Amino acid sequence: MSAQPGILSKQQREALIDPLVNNNPIALQILGICSALAVTTKMETALVMSLGLTVVTGFSNLAISLIRNYIPASIRIVVQLTVIASLVIVTDQILKAFVFDVSKQLSVFVGLIITNCIVMGRAEAYAMANPPAASFLDGIGNGLGYSLVLISVSFIRELLGSGKLLGVSVLKLTTEGGWYTSNGLMLLAPGAFFLIGSIIWALRTWKPEQVEAE
Amino acid sequence: MEQYLSLLTKAIFVENMALSFFLGMCSFMAVSKKVDTAIGLGVAVTFVLAITTPLNQAIASLLLKEGALAWVHPSFATVDLSFLNFLIFIGTIAAATQIVEMALDRYMPALYNALGVFLPLIAVNCAILGASLFMIERDQTFTESIIFGTGSGIGWGLAIAAMAAIREKMRYSHVPPALRGLGISFYLTGLMAIGFMAFAGIQL
Repeated sequence: MSAQPGILSKQQREALIDPLVNNNPIALQILGICSALAVTTKMETALVMSLGLTVVTGFSNLAISLIRNYIPASIRIVVQLTVIASLVIVTDQILKAFVFDVSKQLSVFVGLIITNCIVMGRAEAYAMANPPAASFLDGIGNGLGYSLVLISVSFIRELLGSGKLLGVSVLKLTTEGGWYTSNGLMLLAPGAFFLIGSIIWALRTWKPEQVEAE
Repeated sequence: MEQYLSLLTKAIFVENMALSFFLGMCSFMAVSKKVDTAIGLGVAVTFVLAITTPLNQAIASLLLKEGALAWVHPSFATVDLSFLNFLIFIGTIAAATQIVEMALDRYMPALYNALGVFLPLIAVNCAILGASLFMIERDQTFTESIIFGTGSGIGWGLAIAAMAAIREKMRYSHVPPALRGLGISFYLTGLMAIGFMAFAGIQL
């Protein structure tokens, strides 16, 4: 490790950086799409959701990696679910205590972090076979990759859909005497699908090796 | 009776799990390549939803809700276990999925093999946990939860079957390479979601 510049080893750095673009959980691994679409009408909810998911993924990877040698293979899913569900309960209680309004808007989607495939997928695919430190970073990295997509989608949806960013008016709406007519499609479900589709299109044009075989 | 009919229509069409709440998207994208498999998964999901939503409703209202334990002993009237909701719900769902899996393996082996890894993954299908959480948030009664669970399942199955049918036809069209697979599927789902929005005006 001493030959490497910086504090992280090569494996750890890859675990952290790789999921951002090269192996993005949403765009390439098709994981965790549900919440990515549902909470992105506003940047505020998207930020809170990203933070929650990143923390849960990181710590569930860490916890599962620590006990990975003691989990019998036949009941590993149950063990993973229990660890994840406990972490999500903690997250939910913290959100309710400190940012109650946002927690109300996120409604069921905080609870749905449990079934978010990113958390389960990373626990199963990475944490079960790798040491704790690298697993933790892999969890954080995948959480950040997810956050990157979430925040870009919510940026576009909030800006075009209601002319605001983080609740602050940026494009003045015609209804308030401004010039911008809001694009209602962006706030509805189909808008989210089109946006994610376009992001994947752009990403795969930039990185042709991610294109699916026919 | 009328209210139940309206709840059912709402769950199937207007508030479609996949197309307006984006739930169960992972398997929606991954299993919608062939119509047969898609319908099979739709049936399995409907079945699990129809069992788990009322079951979770019963557990939540008899054991977990604030004051629900009063029937055990009056001194338990102030106990509020609702923070355990997530953990208990996911347990119920995992158990129900296991039962469905064993039943399919025994009686419908062809479907069992076709669904493959996605059968155990029903346990982590967000549509199923989502329905239970919506049921809690909307404070539904036991009867309402049966109808809501079944309706959501049918709606989800309908969406994935339609999607699979479109994707089978897609094989004959020229999609730009970068849009192939996942990308075009998102556009298709978006268009379907617009179609389903037409149901929003229905009043029963």
